[in-house]
Amino acid sequence: MGTFDTFLQQVFNGLVLGSLYALIALGYTMVYGIVNLINFAHGDVLMVGALTAYTAISAAQAHWPALPGWGLLLVGMGAAIPTCVLVSLVIERVAYRPLRNAPRLAPLITAIGVSILLQTLAMIIWGRNHLTYPQLLPPDPISVGPAIVTWTKIAVVVLSALIMGGLLLLVQRTSLGRAMRATAENPRVAALMGVNPDRVIASTFAIGAALAAVAGVMTAAVYSVAHFYMGFIPGLKAFTAAVLGGIGNIPGAMVGGIVLGLIEALGAGYIDQLSGGIFGSNYQDVFAFIVLCAVLILRPSGLLGERVADRS
Amino acid sequence: MNSPSRAALALSLAILALAGCDRSKEGAGGSAGSGNVIRIGHVAPLSGGTAHLGKDNENGARLAVEEINAAGGVKVGDKAYQLELLAEDDKGDPREATLAAQKLVDSGVVAVVGHLNSGCSIPASQIYNAAGIVQVSPSSTAVKYTHQGYKSTFRIVANDGQQGGAMGNYAVDGLKAKTVAIIDDQTQYGQGLAAEVENRVKARGLTVVDREYTNDKASDFNAILTKVRGAHPDVIVYGGMDATAGPLTRQARQLGIKSDILTGDGACSPEYIHLAAEAAEGTICTQAGEAVSKLARGDQFVARYKARFGTDVQIYSPYSYDAVYVIADAIHNAGSLDRAAIAAQVAKTDYNGLTGHIVFDENGDLKAGAVSVFQVHKGQLEYLSTSR
Repeated sequence: MGTFDTFLQQVFNGLVLGSLYALIALGYTMVYGIVNLINFAHGDVLMVGALTAYTAISAAQAHWPALPGWGLLLVGMGAAIPTCVLVSLVIERVAYRPLRNAPRLAPLITAIGVSILLQTLAMIIWGRNHLTYPQLLPPDPISVGPAIVTWTKIAVVVLSALIMGGLLLLVQRTSLGRAMRATAENPRVAALMGVNPDRVIASTFAIGAALAAVAGVMTAAVYSVAHFYMGFIPGLKAFTAAVLGGIGNIPGAMVGGIVLGLIEALGAGYIDQLSGGIFGSNYQDVFAFIVLCAVLILRPSGLLGERVADRS
Repeated sequence: MNSPSRAALALSLAILALAGCDRSKEGAGGSAGSGNVIRIGHVAPLSGGTAHLGKDNENGARLAVEEINAAGGVKVGDKAYQLELLAEDDKGDPREATLAAQKLVDSGVVAVVGHLNSGCSIPASQIYNAAGIVQVSPSSTAVKYTHQGYKSTFRIVANDGQQGGAMGNYAVDGLKAKTVAIIDDQTQYGQGLAAEVENRVKARGLTVVDREYTNDKASDFNAILTKVRGAHPDVIVYGGMDATAGPLTRQARQLGIKSDILTGDGACSPEYIHLAAEAAEGTICTQAGEAVSKLARGDQFVARYKARFGTDVQIYSPYSYDAVYVIADAIHNAGSLDRAAIAAQVAKTDYNGLTGHIVFDENGDLKAGAVSVFQVHKGQLEYLSTSR
């Protein structure tokens, strides 16, 4: 296997990781765009999605053993998406809406509280152990040109691309999307024009949660393991991706996610060559954050900027 | 003041008085606990990625305590004491480990079985040593643990000097490898073991073609594995626990890596096979002790364990079981509940336990520690060989 093949494989690894980051980052960025809130419980919504899907898939396997892998995947998504949407709507109603006009630090603290609460509840419900995620799509490696991939990884990249395309259409072409953009630009004027801000904000949370549910199921399927604190690290990384792309900016979150995934994969793969053997893969996270610092110093509002015209 | 609040006041006074009594009794009785009960501590992760191993260790110790108590307890002089096991959770986290250690010291234990992870045993050992409490670990293999100059640290498994050497030897002799890639999880255990393997394979003329690092909470290993794949090693050695080794093995096979995979005791459990699923097939791992199936009373232990707890032995419960017996033996021989006397007796242990003949060297390591090699075959750990 040549060095170029290794490079292409790392790019693909980065795409898979980046697609997941992008899906999660969208939830952060949409909510921030509308209510200026960093929803730190977002990563844990992802975890709830993955674990709900785990329970649903296990039950489906027990009832219909003949169900194929993609059927199980649909069952998992079908259970995870409504659950996450519901959880997210409850969180918004209970922990964020009463504080909408409070100082910005107050909802930040309730967000962290909700995050801890969700993790503890999940630990009580699903236990403390790592759960082995069922193999949903065939695990055998397949060669696509020089890179070796699996169906699950292809599904992650394709599904993320489709979802992100759909989201852009929704924001640009539908009346809900127009209402979201209007609320983001100026909530009071939007309300005067007949837009119900509560409904728009709730819809934003719901869409973010649905994306997190998909990301959760796919994360667990790719890495074949799920546990109650699995949302923390991806949540943190996705938040980073959202900032990298320009928080509040939807295409920015997508670009930021993919870029961060690529940086991480290529950083782990090439940092020792770049640094002449001084740093090894133990510095891969440092590498990612150095790039983040550099980007933010040169472009303080992120790669695509924070306040573009259609920020939503 | 109305009567309910007066009643509450009386009650709280009573509680305070009782608490005071309890404390004064502990003070007078030294470290023994209260009445005719001797307290022994047990610490291991009961939550987080290695909770199953922590629970396994605790179960082994509990089984021994229950047996000793059923047989009449521990005789000290002419008085028989019952044992009480105080089980603490260190979450596999060095900071939590010192908190748990302090808590046990404060609750008056005479000895501690634990911790599971070397990264926890080492910082905790300082606290036990300062309090004069003897610490017997059933599973911490990092060399440093017993080499800090403390008289209070013991282990009843082989150390990573022996284990890493055995793994290196197996890579050369068993797997006929010429090139090795080594990955570790940057914990005290993982990096220590990886360093020992690295020394041995280099000494035996192998080339280390790649050296990579991850962490004990990682779930994505694709980037480092892709790099390993580009280096074409004959064998991949991983220093880390089963919670990461399982997904790592699975992702390696999904990237089309066909190299042999060799792990240490932290990833030599049924849980590893469960997490790696079909990818575990054919991988090699070592345990820093004799295989349970090879022990004289091993089958009997496995059956009793299953009957009592309803689960299977993971790795080191036979060793935590023996750790309790070693401590009980030392208390009996010391003839008192004095911590220093007990620690001195543990050092002189000469005990035929479930896991073999237990005699410690001057550091607190086993004199005849064994390392067993296993291979995953049809979803089970199959015993291959033992080296001493």
